[in-house]
Amino acid sequence: MRRTALMHRLRLLTCLLLGMLAAGAVQAAAVMRAVVQDPFLELRTGPGRGFPVAQVVDRGAEVSLLRRRTDWIKVRSVNGVEGWAHRSQLERTLTTDGEPLALPGPAADSRTAHRWEVGLATGDLDGASVVSASGAYLVTPSLLVRADFAQLLGNASNGWLGTAGIAHVFMPEWRVSPFIGIGGGALRIEPKATLVQPEDRSDMVAYAGIGLRGYLTDRFMLQAEYREFVVFTSRDDNEEIDEWTVGFVYFF
Amino acid sequence: MDRGLRVLLLSGLAVAAAAVPQRASAQEAAAAASTTPQVVEPRVRRREVNPPGLDTENFEAGAFVGTISIEDFGASVVYGGRLAYHFTEDVFAEATLGTAKAGRTSYEDLSGSAELLSDDDRQFTYYDLSVGWNALPGEVFLGGRRAMPSAVYFTLGAGSTRFGGDDHFTVALGAGLRVLANDWVAVHLDARNLAFESDLLGKDKLTHNLQFTFGLTAFF
Repeated sequence: MRRTALMHRLRLLTCLLLGMLAAGAVQAAAVMRAVVQDPFLELRTGPGRGFPVAQVVDRGAEVSLLRRRTDWIKVRSVNGVEGWAHRSQLERTLTTDGEPLALPGPAADSRTAHRWEVGLATGDLDGASVVSASGAYLVTPSLLVRADFAQLLGNASNGWLGTAGIAHVFMPEWRVSPFIGIGGGALRIEPKATLVQPEDRSDMVAYAGIGLRGYLTDRFMLQAEYREFVVFTSRDDNEEIDEWTVGFVYFF
Repeated sequence: MDRGLRVLLLSGLAVAAAAVPQRASAQEAAAAASTTPQVVEPRVRRREVNPPGLDTENFEAGAFVGTISIEDFGASVVYGGRLAYHFTEDVFAEATLGTAKAGRTSYEDLSGSAELLSDDDRQFTYYDLSVGWNALPGEVFLGGRRAMPSAVYFTLGAGSTRFGGDDHFTVALGAGLRVLANDWVAVHLDARNLAFESDLLGKDKLTHNLQFTFGLTAFF
């Protein structure tokens, strides 16, 4: 009996608080707030789908958004209960102004609508191993402006390769799509000290490449690429070398 | 003129007569609307909506210390730093930088001959860029009152090791346990194999350098 009275008082207090907030009278410290629209907002004990649902927040109640890790947001209810809620469920809540709550992150159409990509790759350049990191900006879903930076580790020499270029993805909406690219950059070769010609060499390079990229999940791609480089050496002949790489690409 | 036709003609006229004043009144109304001043002017000032931000903590940075067994050169203390970015609850990317001072080979100790490597060349420094997978997420229970989120993860990556005056392409394969002490501090127990080809002792061979570390990281 006392419990129901307490509940009643709590509900009254919540209504009062909500009313005050709706009237714009209270604007507390800068914490994002949301009003639950689903029958329940499920709060898990940790930021992952495997953690048990330990608490629920009823429809119409307000929660404060405390922190976010990947797709999980830690929230606190009005009566101090804390837990982790999934982005998809919080996107069905409303802000205190009655607007749908918007949380940044990849949308359902992110395969073709994303803007930024980062990647890690490894492979082979003319016999030397390649470790590379890359970034790309999508001007349109099928046109990328990209930059790569790679360390080269060979038997006879080591070096660095930095390139920038553009790439065209033929069918960005397909699960697996071919792409082509061209660009230029700089190549630095540092022969190992034990060899006869110990001077370092820096040359400009240009490349043309062809590759395949396929979606592993809604945010990850596996990308394989073959690039043919022309090295503009200081000697009479230009050198031609080729590179292949395989890597992961994540998009934002 | 037959009666039916007369009725049709009259009704047609009647419809026309009814339509003309209607069109005229519509024109008048339009003219009036364009000249009538607005009675109520909205004096609503647009409220600056400045939604408070949400603290997104997908980066994880920290340091580790442990032991590394450098093939042929004994075991040494290794320390370094790691920076990770968590893409989803399952997948993350990680950059690791570590360094250790290699010991002496058994040959150097037993024969008492000249040292194989100079002091500088004994410094073992590596980096790797890895993709990690939180394969076994769960919770760790400490006593009866504390449950801490944890994950057993696997990493696979490539990088470079500088050792013996040379850079070697390195494949890093690892597994570890991450336990979150609170919302933003994590404790790591990590085992990693750094494999690279080396010809330091005369002929090419694939060396395996096993590393066990304890680390502390912060999410931000």
